[in-house]
Amino acid sequence: MSENKPKQENLPRIGFYVCHCGSNISSMVDVAAVQKYAAGLPGVVVSRDYKYMCSDPGQEMIAKDIKEHKLERLVVSACSPNLHEETFRKAAARGGLNPFYFQMVNIREHVAWVHTDKKAATEKAMQLVSAAIARVAFHQALDKKRVPVDPNVMVVGGGIAGIHAALTLANAGKKVTLVEREATIGGHMALFDKTFPTLDCAACILTPKMSAVKAHPNITLWTYSEVEKVEGYVGNYKVTVKRKPRYVKEDLCVGCMECIDACVFKEAKFADKFNQGLGKRKPVYIDFPQATPKVVLIDKDTCLHFKTGKCKQSCATACDRKAFDFNQKEETKELQVGAIVLATGFKAFDPARSPQYGYGRYPGVYTALEIERLVNASGPTSGEITLRDGKHPKAVGIIHCVGSRDAKTNKWCSRVCCMYSLKLAHLIKEHSGAEVYNFYIDMRAPGKAYEEFYDKLLGEGVHFIRGRVDEVTDWAMTPDEEGKLVLRVEDTLAGFVRRIPVDMVVLSTGLEPQADAQEVRRRFNIGCGTEGFFQERHPKLAPVNTFTDGIYIAGACQAPRDIPDTVAQAGAAAAEALALIDAGFVELEPNTSHVIEDECCGCKSCVPLCPYSAITFDEVKKKAVINEVLCKGCGVCAAACPSGSIVQNLFDDDEIFSEIRGILK
Amino acid sequence: MNEQFEPKIVAFFCNWCTYTAADLAGVSRLKYAPNVSVIRVMCSGRVDPQFVLDAFARGADGVLLGGCHPGDCHYAEGNYKTLRRMRMLERMLKGMGIHDGRFRLEWISGAEGDKVKAVINDMTKKVRALGPLDLPGKFKEWDKEMEELEAHVNKDSKKGETTHAR
Amino acid sequence: MKYLYFPGCSLKGTGRAYEESFLAVFKALGLEVRELEDWNCCGATAYMSVDETKSYALAGRNLAIAEREDLDVIAPCSACYLVLNKTQHGLKDNPELRRKVVNALKSAGLDYKGKVRVRHPLDVLINDVGVEKLAKFIKNPLKGLKIAPYYGCQVVRPYSTFDDQYNPVTMDKLIEAVGAECVSWPLKTRCCGGSLTGTLPEVGLKLAYILVKEAKKRGAAAVVTLCPLCQFNLDGYQDQIARKFERVDIPTLYFTQILGLAMGLPESELGIKRGIISAQAALAGR
Repeated sequence: MSENKPKQENLPRIGFYVCHCGSNISSMVDVAAVQKYAAGLPGVVVSRDYKYMCSDPGQEMIAKDIKEHKLERLVVSACSPNLHEETFRKAAARGGLNPFYFQMVNIREHVAWVHTDKKAATEKAMQLVSAAIARVAFHQALDKKRVPVDPNVMVVGGGIAGIHAALTLANAGKKVTLVEREATIGGHMALFDKTFPTLDCAACILTPKMSAVKAHPNITLWTYSEVEKVEGYVGNYKVTVKRKPRYVKEDLCVGCMECIDACVFKEAKFADKFNQGLGKRKPVYIDFPQATPKVVLIDKDTCLHFKTGKCKQSCATACDRKAFDFNQKEETKELQVGAIVLATGFKAFDPARSPQYGYGRYPGVYTALEIERLVNASGPTSGEITLRDGKHPKAVGIIHCVGSRDAKTNKWCSRVCCMYSLKLAHLIKEHSGAEVYNFYIDMRAPGKAYEEFYDKLLGEGVHFIRGRVDEVTDWAMTPDEEGKLVLRVEDTLAGFVRRIPVDMVVLSTGLEPQADAQEVRRRFNIGCGTEGFFQERHPKLAPVNTFTDGIYIAGACQAPRDIPDTVAQAGAAAAEALALIDAGFVELEPNTSHVIEDECCGCKSCVPLCPYSAITFDEVKKKAVINEVLCKGCGVCAAACPSGSIVQNLFDDDEIFSEIRGILK
Repeated sequence: MNEQFEPKIVAFFCNWCTYTAADLAGVSRLKYAPNVSVIRVMCSGRVDPQFVLDAFARGADGVLLGGCHPGDCHYAEGNYKTLRRMRMLERMLKGMGIHDGRFRLEWISGAEGDKVKAVINDMTKKVRALGPLDLPGKFKEWDKEMEELEAHVNKDSKKGETTHAR
Repeated sequence: MKYLYFPGCSLKGTGRAYEESFLAVFKALGLEVRELEDWNCCGATAYMSVDETKSYALAGRNLAIAEREDLDVIAPCSACYLVLNKTQHGLKDNPELRRKVVNALKSAGLDYKGKVRVRHPLDVLINDVGVEKLAKFIKNPLKGLKIAPYYGCQVVRPYSTFDDQYNPVTMDKLIEAVGAECVSWPLKTRCCGGSLTGTLPEVGLKLAYILVKEAKKRGAAAVVTLCPLCQFNLDGYQDQIARKFERVDIPTLYFTQILGLAMGLPESELGIKRGIISAQAALAGR
């Protein structure tokens, strides 16, 4: 049964190291026993254990041993290769060994942390060690391939995250294309009136950045556009973008809005999406005065011309720049970039999913985003807090955690709701003088000057009731509840059930992944967590990286976060992209496949399997050929080759068979 | 002491989803049975059916294969190829008397640490209930039978009583 | 479409009007309903609190009998509906309980695999038959009749099998389908008093009073319900409510009764006269 096993005397000289990881590993795995066990395995000439293998002295020990003991192979048994494979490859290189003569054994994440029986855990660690030692003998010396990186970057999503990332990259001299789905950049932040905890006006801090994007010579701004396809690999992505027609030529329109006045609809009568449906707009419109680009567009679904073909097109007539083009078609553009920053943001929770709060049933119930527009000076009521029936509320209840921390909807804390609820409480009180009640589960104010802001609100006389609201009802139990919305809540501090009558209810809706987050992540070949937000490469150490090199994430598409954190993350994503680009090249993992020409029987089984078209067939030689630049190293072809003539570096048949053997020894 | 049979299960996990999920299970300190040893491959599509057969032949009581969910493969469609191959392999294994969940294919995304735990615990329990497969032991028995048969045939042929030529 | 019918005690007793109207309406719609052979008490909430395992076995016997035929079981009484559903969940989620119950059933020559679907007649009417098809049977639309839909607790809690727990709407659709007007009110699933009307009348009566009073206040001429205990509490205690609080006088009908009326079935087949508070004025006054 040793057909592939190198003969004992020909075995390479193997060095083995097992890490205690403080007590992370040693508390569940008998490290000394593993070290002794490995010492007895064929080929092992050095076997050591050490407190922290990844520390400088640990790495130094490896490098020194390689030289002193003329080690030809290296096995380190420690944590996940996803964490420290690179560290030990470098240590091998420092000792003068080809870094790919190395194999890592994961006895922390896969053993010590997940098992409870030390004897069984130690046995499993020994199996894995035996497998690695058996396989490492077959390792080959490999070189990483260098591929040049395209210096251009694409940023997807024009909210504050995308804006900040684009500006950072552009200021560093990179050419950036910013792609935004809506007609204007600005994202959710453009909807806000003030920002917590400083209460500085959102528009005042956002609009200068929006115009900077528009004016920047290094930024190409494509709004009303969506990414359709992404091909290629790190440093060399080809992105296909669909540009939707606005029926207005972007380069001609100056945003004078004469056309809107001239529209045959004298009154605005269609729900204004930007104002959360609280205001009305015409078929030709611009989202808000500071929209960027300041270019109008036509809503095909409501425009009389598109609906009936019988409109005198007074908008086009009114335009002295002749910017209207009713025949505009959707355009598809392709561009090459080296890196992509995804900043596609979030979706607010739909409160119809929590019917106990009466959204949609009682006109006095609003979402927080609707209130943002109501308190906004440029909103539909010019900042006046008015109910849908035109009355002014005397009492307002703000319900926290709607669609957050709730087993029935979303389990996560949306992180921003406590703070924005405080902000809205302050603004509502300021704008209307109403009594404001906050209904909260826990008050979460963990940011710079956040707790102080909470304190300030307490001093302003806003009421705080700790308890999850059971229901919002219009059933009056007492005469003073007549005509009111009553919030029924268990006040967990007072210890009894209360009924609080109000005129207006604000639902502090949580943050959710975008509705199409799953499609988008597939398009960009990245992952999502179970809750649907984009998955970072490492929760702590690589928060803006993804499992696909060259694709970075920033802002609330990764998890709910507030503006300061979003901006910080956008900067980090830009910096990661810059680091990639400025290196000028990327080194690709050499785990590609190649064909051993003499053994290829020319059956072509492999050719259609490759999703990257890296395999072609040489009709003259009648052999398959793999282009190793296109190959991404999945190994599907190697598994399919009937003659065994395809070799995947680092995952060769011999290597895997010997691993199986090592485990089952 | 009547010690409980502890099955040995060999697993092949793809680097991007299931291996990462197993890392996540570790980081989350989820606890599961120590019977499964993982071999890392870049894609579940790298798993040659021969790896599975070899593992059984060398004494594995079960083989677990973990990849990204359909549609989520890091290499676009490697897991579809895995599915096709493994469906075929399952039929073959059944013909060889290896079934009842001794071979299992699971889609586990990088976020599903809890699924790693659930699958490993469930599979360990089920394979434990099935008892040892012990193909190496059976091979020995079969070899012995063959040797005996051969010896018998040789003896007969020496006597010149057989007319059959090989 | 064919169904088995589990009446439980109420539909043979206080809920006679429910049984009569349910059977009449289903027959007129061409839905075949056959009473479950040799059924027994569902156990209701009472037995569940005395001996859980035995009560599962008791309810399980009905399911086991039903499973002999490949048909859904209709349980019109909310308590029966809940207990039978709860038994399904219990047997599915708890293997130990399942083992005990199946053993108990075996000793009676029965077996249960867990395949039976327990349905509420409202669910069947709206989701199997559908509003469009029902509309074709409406001969006598109840125009101008204002109705407060009242669902009670057990049909939507804890299992929201076919409607929302907080704001159920299935019966609202039926009310609109019969041409009546649905009164919007937030007390659709608020407690009717349940068995407290008998055990703690000072609590139970108040709860029933809240409901009838609010329905009347919102302009409803009748309350329509789907539960025999709710109907009994809201209809049967109005004299006591009058003595303790005020006279409300609002009839409480079953959804099957108003559907039957709209379909033109005679009142006598629908048990309309069985109500304690007469529905005549409400039905005539529209």
